[in-house]
Amino acid sequence: MAAHAEAHHGPPIANQSSRVDAPTLGMLLFIASEVMLFGSFFTIYFFARVVAGPAEWPPPPFHLPVFVAGVNTAILVTSSFTMHWSLQAIKRGNRAGMQAGLVLTVALGLTFLLTQIREYSRVGFSPQDGAFGSTFYGLTGLHGAHVFVGLTILTFTTIRAFRGHFTPAEHRGVEISGIYWHFVDVMWIVVYTTVYIL
Amino acid sequence: MINPLRSEAEAYRFLLLTVGYFAVIALAALAIGTWAGIIVFLGLTLAGVVYVARARRVEPPRQAVPSRRGRANERRILVIANETVGGERLRNEIHTRSEGYDAHVLVVTPALNSHLRHWASDEDNARLEAQKRLEASLGRLRAAGIDAKGEVGDAEPVQAMEDALRLFGADEIIISTHPEGRSHWLEKGSSKRPGNASRSRSRTWSSTSQRNTKKSKSRPSNTVCY
Repeated sequence: MAAHAEAHHGPPIANQSSRVDAPTLGMLLFIASEVMLFGSFFTIYFFARVVAGPAEWPPPPFHLPVFVAGVNTAILVTSSFTMHWSLQAIKRGNRAGMQAGLVLTVALGLTFLLTQIREYSRVGFSPQDGAFGSTFYGLTGLHGAHVFVGLTILTFTTIRAFRGHFTPAEHRGVEISGIYWHFVDVMWIVVYTTVYIL
Repeated sequence: MINPLRSEAEAYRFLLLTVGYFAVIALAALAIGTWAGIIVFLGLTLAGVVYVARARRVEPPRQAVPSRRGRANERRILVIANETVGGERLRNEIHTRSEGYDAHVLVVTPALNSHLRHWASDEDNARLEAQKRLEASLGRLRAAGIDAKGEVGDAEPVQAMEDALRLFGADEIIISTHPEGRSHWLEKGSSKRPGNASRSRSRTWSSTSQRNTKKSKSRPSNTVCY
């Protein structure tokens, strides 16, 4: 009978609690920091609009393309459905379903991003046009940057999916990128409702 | 803690709730007016806060321990020990409790640390010291003929116990400390709380363990403190 401690050389092993696994905790902390980042932008927006802003919002003669942005919102929300479908597919062992879901998610996300870029070119004002222009481009641009990051993550996930990675038992790559993508969608719902609707 | 982003499925549900939440607010604002939107926003937010508070209150205790998959004649003993694991009484206790069984002993030494260093994540020295104490303890157990493995645990003894229980479905938990007054980690109340950590696991224990648990409301009889 041998008693032994786990042999280890070098610095002490990092302590890892069992309350939540490290990759998920990392994504949670990242998203928490993102929430704070968006929170600071929303604070600026509400200050410019409510405290220091004009009586009418958007200030004349500016108009926001509410309908186009609404269609874009529907596209982004749909991409969350396909993302969820993708993960459910691999959990059931349906590799083709996972691949199709990821490709659709990337395509819809790309459509959203390109539509937003197109909207920028036609909206008729720039970030230099006062607090309204600055806050509009600041909030939507910040979100657009997150969509770009999400698309990058999803592209790598899709490549991995086509290279045979992920199984019904091991699919953390899809899970984590799905969490991030849903977070990006949630933030867009908040941005769209706040900036375009209310 | 309720965390809407713990998994993709929960994040997806959170997204759907967000869509519904903002759709109602936007409809109220567009159909009636801005103030209606604000009132709906406040009402829904308040309802959400109340729901989260209530859900937290009735949240069932977390499943701390996976089902034990050992053989019938296997005995798994978890020893939470800072430094006194080599004591004769404890060794005798382990022998007594593992007699006639294929015994597996896991010794966990919490990396006790000061609060300041813990919160500053300055735990390297604490873990190194704990590793030394663990190796000394395992050496004594080896000399006594006890088959044991060991690992350094969390700075918080109860958390260290909970972590170990998740991977090591123990039949017995033995907490080894100095007498009260000499033990620093007793001040953290760990010896008074093992029941909390092990109550959730009693559901996955063998029937013998469950029977033992029912004997004591405050502390399962198979949790022993030394």
